[in-house]
Amino acid sequence: MAALIEIRALHKSYGRFEALRGIDLDIASGEVVVVVGPSGSGKSTLIRCINLLEDYQRGEVRVDGEKVQRGPALARVRAEVGMVFQSFNLFPHLNALANVALGPLRVRHLSRQAANERALALLERVGLADHAHKLPGQLSGGQQQRVAIARALAMEPKVLLFDEPTSALDPEMVGEVLDVMQNLARTGVTMVIVTHEMGFARRVAHRIVFMEGGQVVEQSAPEQFFSAPREPRTRAFLQAILQH
Amino acid sequence: MDLIDTFFNAKVFWTALPQLLEGLWTTIVLGLVSILAGLVTGLAMALVRLYGVPALRAAARVYTDVMRSIPLLVLLVLVYYALPFVGIRLTSFMAAATALTLVSCAYTAEIFRAGIEAIPRGQFEAAQAIGLGFFSSMRDVILPQAFRIVVPPLTSNCINVLKDTALASVVAMPDLLKQATQAQALAANPTPLIGAALLYLLLLLPLVRLVGYFEARHRKASR
Repeated sequence: MAALIEIRALHKSYGRFEALRGIDLDIASGEVVVVVGPSGSGKSTLIRCINLLEDYQRGEVRVDGEKVQRGPALARVRAEVGMVFQSFNLFPHLNALANVALGPLRVRHLSRQAANERALALLERVGLADHAHKLPGQLSGGQQQRVAIARALAMEPKVLLFDEPTSALDPEMVGEVLDVMQNLARTGVTMVIVTHEMGFARRVAHRIVFMEGGQVVEQSAPEQFFSAPREPRTRAFLQAILQH
Repeated sequence: MDLIDTFFNAKVFWTALPQLLEGLWTTIVLGLVSILAGLVTGLAMALVRLYGVPALRAAARVYTDVMRSIPLLVLLVLVYYALPFVGIRLTSFMAAATALTLVSCAYTAEIFRAGIEAIPRGQFEAAQAIGLGFFSSMRDVILPQAFRIVVPPLTSNCINVLKDTALASVVAMPDLLKQATQAQALAANPTPLIGAALLYLLLLLPLVRLVGYFEARHRKASR
């Protein structure tokens, strides 16, 4: 069976700077892949290329066999790829419920009532049913990010992308977001996660992808990745971050 | 006493008042028509300028630049006195509404463009990521936020349009100013002009205050 996400020979550069230098990566349905690496290694760029928020010069990305490219089909493909951003990007003029219900309402063409019911169920799932009628500005960072996760889930996407979902959070709020993500991982949602949370990666990932300099240096199961990394660059990275 | 009789002559004022109110009504209707038409076309122009194909984008830029450069009075005279030579004969109301709308459209477009450009990129990305198309992204996500930003400058532009309606008296439009000058000629007394000035202030001062209120509220909200 073909992988859910197929990334082939992906090259991306900003002017002369090569952000991605030939990435090949397959992600299977139900798999939880955590992408780690030093800042500037291209990990965020990589997952932003999956739903084409970032244009690239060469290579291709397929989601469930369909090529992701500019054109009338792009919105439809994007609807199958949920995304959670570092800075939440909730719609500030809509309350939590409306943020989550918007996609089902406009893209899936559910009735207002059905969309709201789905939204409320998802807010319940991330522990925020009581906050459904608050605006994003009235929620803490951790709560906002959980709403953002519910918003992505509301589209019933085939895969969820997380772009450093806890990096903008105060430390005491990181846990609540990681808990929600861990629960999702248990229910078999396909996830690609860029994060610096190594403990989380070790607990939740099926596979860890280590990137540096726009390339995939090493990928393996978490146990092996953390206890017996093969590449010297991986070892150097792990040493640097695990020292403290 | 002479001064009051000359500038604030009660008898002349009461005689002229119905005529002035008629003019005020014309001014308000002309202003509202031009403002509404300017808002609708301005929003469309802003969207073309931002998201149109390159040729349309360039055309929109030329349009907004030209319309913001040409003096409104010159445009009005062109529309009213020059267009008949190519067979387009507009009533003075139509001519005034057309000229005011053409210019208001350009200013409104620039205001909307600035408003849309002030929305953080993450909002566009979040809308795209859940699969919203262009139309829905604009209607549900971007424009509601942009509208809040542009309310003060938009109100300010509306005030300008209302004030500029006075230029329509040049093309024999019976607006407030025209009625006042006619009444003044008839009575051989400038009181109607004072009356017109007061009516303009009555109409516009609250709006100017409103802009101040919107700006203060906006500052508070964005803090």
